[in-house]
Amino acid sequence: MPELMYREALNQALAEEMERDANVFLIGEEVGRYNGAFKVSQGLLDRFGSARIIDAPISELGFAGLGVGAAMVGLRPIVEMMTWNFAILAMDQIVNNAAKLRHMSGGQLRCPIVFRGPGGAGGRLSSQHSQALEANYAHFPGLKVIAPATPADAKGMLKSAIRDDNPVIMFEGERLYAIKGEVPEGEHVVPIGKADVKREGKDVSIITWSRMYYFAEQAAQQLEQEGISAEILDLRTLRPLDEEAILATVRKTNRAVIVEEGWSLAGVGASVVDIIQSKAFDELDAPVQRVTGLDVNMSYATNLENATQPDAAKIIAAVKKVLYREGA
Amino acid sequence: MASKYSKDLLLTMHRKMYLIRRFEERTDQAYKQQKIAGFCHLYIGQEAVAVGTNEALRPDDYMLSGYRDHGQPLARGSDAGMVMAELFGRGTGYSKGKGGSMHIFDIEHHFYGGYGIVGGQIPLAAGMAFASRYRNEDRVTVCFFGDAAANQGAFHETFNMAVKWKLPVIYICENNRYGMGTAIGRVSAEPEIYKRASAYKMRGEAVDGMDCLKMYEAVKDAVEYCRAGKGPVLMEANTYRFRGHSVVDPAVYRSKDEVEHERKNDPIPKLKEYAIKNKLATEAEFDAIDEEIKAQVDAAVKFADESPEPSLEELWRDTIVEPGEEDVRPRERVLGTKVKWPSYPSGQELKVTWDLEPRQQAEREDKKAGLAR
Ligand SMILES: Cc1ncc(C[n+]2csc(CCOP(=O)(O)OP(=O)(O)O)c2C)c(N)n1
Repeated sequence: MPELMYREALNQALAEEMERDANVFLIGEEVGRYNGAFKVSQGLLDRFGSARIIDAPISELGFAGLGVGAAMVGLRPIVEMMTWNFAILAMDQIVNNAAKLRHMSGGQLRCPIVFRGPGGAGGRLSSQHSQALEANYAHFPGLKVIAPATPADAKGMLKSAIRDDNPVIMFEGERLYAIKGEVPEGEHVVPIGKADVKREGKDVSIITWSRMYYFAEQAAQQLEQEGISAEILDLRTLRPLDEEAILATVRKTNRAVIVEEGWSLAGVGASVVDIIQSKAFDELDAPVQRVTGLDVNMSYATNLENATQPDAAKIIAAVKKVLYREGA
Repeated sequence: MASKYSKDLLLTMHRKMYLIRRFEERTDQAYKQQKIAGFCHLYIGQEAVAVGTNEALRPDDYMLSGYRDHGQPLARGSDAGMVMAELFGRGTGYSKGKGGSMHIFDIEHHFYGGYGIVGGQIPLAAGMAFASRYRNEDRVTVCFFGDAAANQGAFHETFNMAVKWKLPVIYICENNRYGMGTAIGRVSAEPEIYKRASAYKMRGEAVDGMDCLKMYEAVKDAVEYCRAGKGPVLMEANTYRFRGHSVVDPAVYRSKDEVEHERKNDPIPKLKEYAIKNKLATEAEFDAIDEEIKAQVDAAVKFADESPEPSLEELWRDTIVEPGEEDVRPRERVLGTKVKWPSYPSGQELKVTWDLEPRQQAEREDKKAGLAR
């Protein structure tokens, strides 16, 4: 299997789906001639032309809404947000239109659109450019929300998102684009709504998604050396949550740590805890722990920036806590 | 001189304007009887805008509007009983009672809603027009919004793109002079909205929105321009709402004199006088239509009143499209009428042969501007 960077895997998915379906087009800032702010759309303008790879003005609300309108009458737009921080300006179109059209029209309309772009902390970018915002979108009925961690999932889930008849919000990772992994060629489609056990274990379940998966993996490797076997469940989809997979892993290990890059209050992890405590309370051997970003805005200084985010050490500490181990 | 308009056209216009007027009067009544609730905005006084516009369009052109949206679908030909049922919150409404007054959708008649966020429909219309251009169709999209919506960012962002990409969309600003209780001049640096088009090199014009024939002429001309691929148009229809912002607004922010004065401009008698003066129709013919419409609206109210509320299972429908699920066709669902539903070319049939930024032209312009590729 070829090894690809996350951004190359996304590029493959875009190209394959545009080849497969002429109703698919890509619109966003710098996606065409500049080849994408993060080079996800590299080479696509030359291949598909300017009617299908569209350089938009810096008008997030405007081109998000333009995409929604095109989706209402049968096209399948992909709207690239340079980063999700800027998509806050487009929130009205995503929430009040895309997510509600089918409902408001009593089932007459559908809105097959993908909003995608990088989320999560950048590197040394301070508070306006370093936010994990997925919890905001996971809140809204009418949307699907995905956040793949690996290149293979990025490709497979983007393909699913493009084929989906609903608005799909895709969080890529600003810090994930250069990560490498094996990616199946051609028709590789990963279903939306299915979590993935990325590492089997028996003592504790670490439940996470997106970039935090890599910290979980680091933590699991260190824990292994101490004789602790951690299972990692990568949620991949945040709406709808894969309840079955969450309950299955907790029933197996009886202990859970949830790792979320974003803030704790009203985070996605809070909903995962709710699922666990209401449906698997009797299976638990310890209260569920959450590791989240600190409840502050992101700083520029290296030490403050690092301290704000979850990392392997914080995850290990939480794991030890649910295992009632020394020093936790 | 004989009129250039056919009797049929004039009577159709009258029929529709009177239908909207009567429908809205009964809406007001039903609201006061607490059969209708929520925010409910009447179209009384503005009928000429929707009707004049609609008669200048093809049935397959797209149309969408804000929350003051009972008039446009009625002009398009939507079933009055089903629109009323939507206002009553009944399962037989166009959106099964899920949308209410502010969200009327009738896709069979190419009426795409009904939006409650001021200005939120403006980018959607550009997207629909983009789709028409993408598929090389010659249909146009008409988007209505209020004068206050012209102060939203969506207005400016969208016009910039619509002009740059020559989208076949006609924006009709229904300037009824007030955004809720605020006179538009109080909050607008340029209250003549059509003039803002010039900032985007867009065709902009004002039209007397209290005159159905003037609306008709202006939109016909704009449609021709748009269909020919010349780009978008901003039209400001100067109109007036005879009632408050919504049914519960007594409209104390404007003078009685002003309202009285504007009522003399009522588009319905104006059209009637024109037809009679030009001997295109008789008073008796108008009276007969009015009687018919009254009966039609009575029937609509009765239909709504006698319809059941939506079933509770409806809560779990129409949020997410399940694989293989079809779209709901309201008149088929409610009345059993077989309807024609829009269909789109599949991604395998469709050939996208145009360029948004034709390569050679772009290269020439780049060279002139000293840009490297
Ligand atoms: C974004 C937003 N802000 C405020 C409101 C509340 N609101 C509803 S209608 C309205 C006035 C709009 O006036 P205008 O656009 O002129 O349309 P008209 O009511 O005159 O048809 C306001 C402020 C809203 N619906 N959406």
